[in-house]
Amino acid sequence: MKKDSNKKTSFKKQRLKYEEYFFRGVMLLSSCLIAFILGLIIYSILVKGVPSLSWEMITQTPKGGFYFGKEGGILNAIIGSIYLAFGATFIAFIIGLPISLYMNVWLSHKEKWVNMLRFILDLLWGIPSIVYGAFGFTIMILLGIKASLLAGIIVTALLILPIMIRAIDEGLKTVPKGLKESSYSLGSTKSELAFKIMLRQCIPGIVTAVLLSFGRAIGDAAAVLFTTGFTDNIPTALNQPTATLPLAIFFQLSSPIPEVKERAYAAAVILTSIILIISVLSRVLTQKYNKHTIKF
Amino acid sequence: MENQTKIKVESLNLSIGNKVILNDINISIPKNKITVILGPSGCGKSTLMKSMNRLTDLYPEMKVSGNIFIDDEDILHTKNDVTEIRKRMGLLSQRPYPLPMSIYKNVAYGLKISGRVNKQLLNKRVEHYLQQASLWNEVKDRLKDPASSLSIGQQQRLCLARGLAVDPDIILADEPTSALDPISSQEIEKKFLELKGNYTIILVTHILRQAARIADYVVFMYLGEVIEQGPAKEFFSNPQTEITKAYLRGSIN
Repeated sequence: MKKDSNKKTSFKKQRLKYEEYFFRGVMLLSSCLIAFILGLIIYSILVKGVPSLSWEMITQTPKGGFYFGKEGGILNAIIGSIYLAFGATFIAFIIGLPISLYMNVWLSHKEKWVNMLRFILDLLWGIPSIVYGAFGFTIMILLGIKASLLAGIIVTALLILPIMIRAIDEGLKTVPKGLKESSYSLGSTKSELAFKIMLRQCIPGIVTAVLLSFGRAIGDAAAVLFTTGFTDNIPTALNQPTATLPLAIFFQLSSPIPEVKERAYAAAVILTSIILIISVLSRVLTQKYNKHTIKF
Repeated sequence: MENQTKIKVESLNLSIGNKVILNDINISIPKNKITVILGPSGCGKSTLMKSMNRLTDLYPEMKVSGNIFIDDEDILHTKNDVTEIRKRMGLLSQRPYPLPMSIYKNVAYGLKISGRVNKQLLNKRVEHYLQQASLWNEVKDRLKDPASSLSIGQQQRLCLARGLAVDPDIILADEPTSALDPISSQEIEKKFLELKGNYTIILVTHILRQAARIADYVVFMYLGEVIEQGPAKEFFSNPQTEITKAYLRGSIN
């Protein structure tokens, strides 16, 4: 009888061990898969894009024969995308930050409302960007506005606003109640808690939120398809139409001429590099500021 | 003048939904003494303390009724600003929560938000309060370092310094030594004994020996009710109720 129960426990131990192996394997496999796919994407862009990448590509606007594979570059789209993404991220940040602070400090005792807000924002996050584009387009027609940089910035800002709010919100949520209680007991008002304590504590999370939003803003094609238009010139005012990198890639890829197609990959390399540079830069910059963050 | 009352709690009730957390609490806490609120875990000690500086406001599910008088001001029903009430009390929590800034700024924070921004005066005050919390010698050369670089025991003393800096007359300490090593705990206890001349100290603890070491006055709570209260000597030598006797023997915990 005793032997039997011993056998049973050792069998159970054995099973637990295999279970452990199995799940570790699954996790390892999925991690490798993701890394592999990322590598593959970067590899294919580089292989196809780097040969046609040239100084001309990033310093000139398209010339007469550009769309037939001749001289010129995509400076118009690079500048346009940077204007658009910075503008939209800036607007989304100055609107989004107060909203997420409000949710976490002033509304913190109305859990139900905040959770409902979070649910709505998550819904908005999930709406495809083409819907935002179409929505913006409808309003522009209604008001009689032409496709322009400003319209694109506003629509893109709307698109990334839920991302911005929820990502900052996730950071603020991690501030422990004890820290809030401590700063209240020192006599902080709600705004002092929000701007002097919570913001400092959550700098890394806020940077992540801004990066996430910026990446979405610069990479999105559908929201700007109808709203910013496309042009070969670099915009000099907010009411002018503007070229963007994702659309430049799209238009060049759909060309039947091989040289133009290759340039689409070069444009993709440029787009990826911009996102990479911005990410690394902001990470490095925040290293300086997040040393005060308390790890709980 | 021996036993002047600083805080008087009258028929305080607190409940969450149908669950009663505090039931008809009536206590008076003497001025410039160490009052220990003693009791097993989950008996409502911390909640009682939180209602004294209105941190209960942060939990809308808590229903509070009754009166808490501090120097004859009913802080539960006062028209005065709640931040002013909180400034009169320094809080030490179960584990230290330093603010996400430098050691210097942690102490200066409370002073700055009360509008004291004169640089030289700030330097002086910061040094003074760090010395009061016996931390100055350990940190004087690295005031600019983040507070998170300190050890847990040092962090708790930093929290004490920062609490003293807003010039309170009451110190609320909610099991302040529970996350600390024995030596840091001893330092905190020693500090309390030094400070009690100028501050009314309320210490929540479930450590019987800690209470015996430093208490002047004891409030014993069990299951949300005050079972017994009185001067420490009488409490430990001559307990009145069966529950207290059982607790002192160590039969309930």
